[in-house]
Amino acid sequence: MQTDIAKPRPKIDNVSRGFWDHARAERLSVQTCAACGEKHFPGSPVCPKCLSEDQSWVPVSGRGKLLSWVRFHRAYWDSFREDLPYLVCLVGLDEGPMLVSNLVGVEPEAIAIGAEVEVVFEKVDEELTLPKFRLRG
Amino acid sequence: MNDWHKLKDRIAIVGVGNTPYGNFPEIDDYGLGARAFRSAVEDCGIEKDKIDGLLVCRVPHYARMGEILGLNPRWTIQMPPHGRMSGMAIIEAAAALDAGLCDYAALIYANIGRSRRVNYGGEESPGVWDPWGFTSPGAAHAMMFQRHRALYGTTTRQLAEVSVAFRHHACLNPAAVMKQPITIDDHEAARPITEPLRLLDYCLINDGAVCIIMTTKERAKDLKKRPVMISGIGAREAYSTSSIGNFDLNFWYDEMRDVGAQAYGMAGVGPADVDALMCYDNFSPTVLFSLEGLGFCEQGEAGAFVEGGALKLGGRLPTNTDGGHLSNSYMQGWALNIEAVRQIRGECGERQVPDAQVVQYCGATPCSRSIIYTPG
Ligand SMILES: [Zn+2]
Repeated sequence: MQTDIAKPRPKIDNVSRGFWDHARAERLSVQTCAACGEKHFPGSPVCPKCLSEDQSWVPVSGRGKLLSWVRFHRAYWDSFREDLPYLVCLVGLDEGPMLVSNLVGVEPEAIAIGAEVEVVFEKVDEELTLPKFRLRG
Repeated sequence: MNDWHKLKDRIAIVGVGNTPYGNFPEIDDYGLGARAFRSAVEDCGIEKDKIDGLLVCRVPHYARMGEILGLNPRWTIQMPPHGRMSGMAIIEAAAALDAGLCDYAALIYANIGRSRRVNYGGEESPGVWDPWGFTSPGAAHAMMFQRHRALYGTTTRQLAEVSVAFRHHACLNPAAVMKQPITIDDHEAARPITEPLRLLDYCLINDGAVCIIMTTKERAKDLKKRPVMISGIGAREAYSTSSIGNFDLNFWYDEMRDVGAQAYGMAGVGPADVDALMCYDNFSPTVLFSLEGLGFCEQGEAGAFVEGGALKLGGRLPTNTDGGHLSNSYMQGWALNIEAVRQIRGECGERQVPDAQVVQYCGATPCSRSIIYTPG
């Protein structure tokens, strides 16, 4: 039962379900095409490169580089108000695809674009675990 | 010659009109659209019933708009309420006019986002990244500007030059919403929204409407004012990171290079010939990205390019002389296109660029476009 202060939840459908199943088991995955090997995120009903429907969610290393980041000072949802200001990052995974997520455990002064990052998992409830990122090393 | 170059100087903007800009809870989008239409009809002196092409953008329903205006055209297009549509719409109408699908096209845009409290983020525009709190086009521009800073050393004080120049123009424009001059220090002191962007990097949200009437070069001769010709057009989409709305990792540089090459090549001019630039400015960073992509400076050098008031009237490249989205009105590119027309006509009063002969519209977005206007 969602309440007024619940944060927005992902839209879980036939395409995205595999990602969230892996996340619950603390694995980061990207959709991978069996026909041509293309990896992408978010998921897509057909492979954007070859149009095959033979795709699955394949775990990745969880490592990547910080491509950019921002800090929200405005709450577009009431449920994020108590988190302000919060950090959002853009990560380029070592396997290729880009992801938007949150950067945790770091102060803005210590963030450098190009830094190595790795995934961490934040359990929201029994159904939902969110992949987030922290600086490596 | 490329095939589409045949459109060079074939199609004219003959009438432009707009409503006042502000907060109008008592009138809806159709009412605003109708007022802008009437004003554009008066501007060119056309008999209203000759209009046989209708394009609406951000108006809920084309047929209701036609009913209200008493039009039964033979060409209709409805475009979605996205900011990037104005350049696309004018180019589509030009192609339709050239093909003879209509003889006179009216393009109507209306926006009631202010009075209806549109936020451009959160629940009203669900996205893949909502669980992480990432939403709103401004945040995507903040993400790009942060990267531009890191790669090229661009500063927020340089970014402020964009907002300061456009506010200066708004102060010279009687129709503009924002009339208080601002300084670079004001920009730096404004409250952060999505850091590194601050309030003064964000466009206004206001109500209003714009109408543009277009026809062929031959038909334009019979109307009231000297026509303004479409001399060059360029177009390129970038859909591969559409899930991060309004974002490109390389600032739409390749797309804008392509758009510029198309538009300049068709018009037979280059950046040095541009007397005024009307640059889509939903957020200030996109102006820097546009200047680089079109070749007004090298990639990474736009911060230095805009320093010292370069975008102001009298500067090296007067840009958004009406005040743009940042300070005139959030008409999503439509007001910038009518400002281009008015500059070429010499109708801009205190904000007139002397002897404006080449005025360029551009928008660096997932659907990048540019249009080069010259006197007919
Ligand atoms: Zn494939």
